[in-house]
Amino acid sequence: MRKSRFLLTPVLLWLSLFLIVPMLIVVGISFLSRDSLGNIVFSFSLEGYKTFFDPLYLGIYWDTLVLSLLTTVICLLVSYPLAYYIANASPRIQTWGLILITVPFWINFLIRTYAWVLLLRTQGVVNSLLLWVGWIDEPIQMLYTYGAVLLGMVYNFIPFMVLPIYVALEQMDKRLLDAASDLGASRWKAFRHITLPQSKSGIMTGAVLVYVSTSGMFVVTDILGGAKSSMISNIIQSQFLGARNWPFGAALSVIFVATSLVLILLFNRAMQARHQRVGEGR
Amino acid sequence: MHVIELVQIEKHFQGQAVVHPLSLSIKEGEFLTLLGPSGCGKTTILRMIAGFEQPTEGQVLLAGQNVTDVPANKRDLNLVFQHYALFPHMTVEDNIAFGLKMKKMPRQLIKERVDEAVTMTQLTPLRERFPHQLSGGQQQRVAIARAIANKPKVLLLDEPLGALDLQLRKNLQSELKHLQRTLGITFVYVTHDQEEAMMLSDRIVIMNHGRVEQIGTPREIYARPQTLFAATFVGENNVFSSPEGLFAVRPEKLVPQRESGAKKSGVIEDVQYLGSVHKLLVQLDNEPMKVTIALDISDDRPWEVGERVGVNWSTKDEVIIGP
Repeated sequence: MRKSRFLLTPVLLWLSLFLIVPMLIVVGISFLSRDSLGNIVFSFSLEGYKTFFDPLYLGIYWDTLVLSLLTTVICLLVSYPLAYYIANASPRIQTWGLILITVPFWINFLIRTYAWVLLLRTQGVVNSLLLWVGWIDEPIQMLYTYGAVLLGMVYNFIPFMVLPIYVALEQMDKRLLDAASDLGASRWKAFRHITLPQSKSGIMTGAVLVYVSTSGMFVVTDILGGAKSSMISNIIQSQFLGARNWPFGAALSVIFVATSLVLILLFNRAMQARHQRVGEGR
Repeated sequence: MHVIELVQIEKHFQGQAVVHPLSLSIKEGEFLTLLGPSGCGKTTILRMIAGFEQPTEGQVLLAGQNVTDVPANKRDLNLVFQHYALFPHMTVEDNIAFGLKMKKMPRQLIKERVDEAVTMTQLTPLRERFPHQLSGGQQQRVAIARAIANKPKVLLLDEPLGALDLQLRKNLQSELKHLQRTLGITFVYVTHDQEEAMMLSDRIVIMNHGRVEQIGTPREIYARPQTLFAATFVGENNVFSSPEGLFAVRPEKLVPQRESGAKKSGVIEDVQYLGSVHKLLVQLDNEPMKVTIALDISDDRPWEVGERVGVNWSTKDEVIIGP
């Protein structure tokens, strides 16, 4: 046991050099100030955190939370049935299902997102099709809307949800369902009391992956949301690069990471509580 | 009164018959064992009774009712699974209560039933544990408790002791037998262990390649096997051929003798001392076969490996087992 610990050295070094140290630097910067040229000045300041409470930024912060949570929920609702189907299919279909789910990853993320622009824009494929069928008389504004951003997020992150749920469902001992049925459980009850709790770890992993990825994403918002909709990560990006207000950008980052951590913790707690009550339900 | 009746049931998987047409009536309160090597169809029969498999032909009757098309969750019987199939995310108590909760039993009654089941299976101190915190034998007990808490008419057991080591298996065998007597429930038990089957059962159904070889009490099966398979699968046996057909003679019915006039003769190839009995392995002259002779403690003649010996038996101990 003790001897094998050295195997952890590379990953620990990597994490501390490129994750923990930079995080600490960001936290440090968030409490500093800057001069008019955007250089960091080593004097303590809460200016960055104060700016956050501007209604403009609070609004964006709220929108980001809602969009990320909404994306997570939609991804879960779409992915669970899909993962369930694949996990219970024949080995052949399982292999193909998994390949089809990972196929989008073979194409560059930006290209995939731009493809949605082609589909959704005013003269795009979807509008043309609807006009041609005669369901609409003039093109609908789809691109550069909240819906487009949501769609892009869900589209991009579905595999992050499907794969962990699939793994959890696939590993589940199917004999447990026989046992449940033997004890009088209908198919729905067996699902509710056995399958669902057994796939909880997959749901948790998937939800965290999707939530964290969505909330940190600024490319999708840029491409599909246009200038109108911003997410907190767009602001952070612009503070570091365009506006050169590093302390504010850092403060936003800290608040943002803290929020994610709290949410994940709460989510974990909620799942644990469910765990205890399993079998009690209806 | 027959609790279970199988009427000409058969089962095919992808055109292959795994269970050939079979009829069987199981009496109330009986301990019936389906015995056979793996792949003989015994588990498939059990699963057809439980409702997990549909017979390709034939009917399953439960207490006189045709339940052939009734799904597993609506049949009034319970199965103890081969690898227990305990719900890993539930405590022992919740596992046992599961079936009762599914039946929407009042809370108070559930508590009483669970208490009763844990007491009977000696699980009281382990109620709050999760399955992964239990030993194999304890998990086995939970599986049984979970089934009997439902007070089913029939308890089906699929190799319930198969995964346990020998000593534990011996203990649990007697516990199972005791439990069955106390509860008075009909047990349908599947095993490939002939000793276990002999020890526990009121009646044994010997199966091979999806067919019934013989049905009978352990005594009948040991003393009067009807087929070659039954003769050699249960206990040791020596099979001889004669112009009239095959017959078997149990090792303890064979007598070694140094005097002439024996039915067969041969050379002792091995002497095995087993405490209460000792065995001679004799290679017969002019025949490819070896016979085993079992001698009890009263035989104190010294036997040497390599010694020539006559093998004798009385004709009444010959059991005809086939053409």
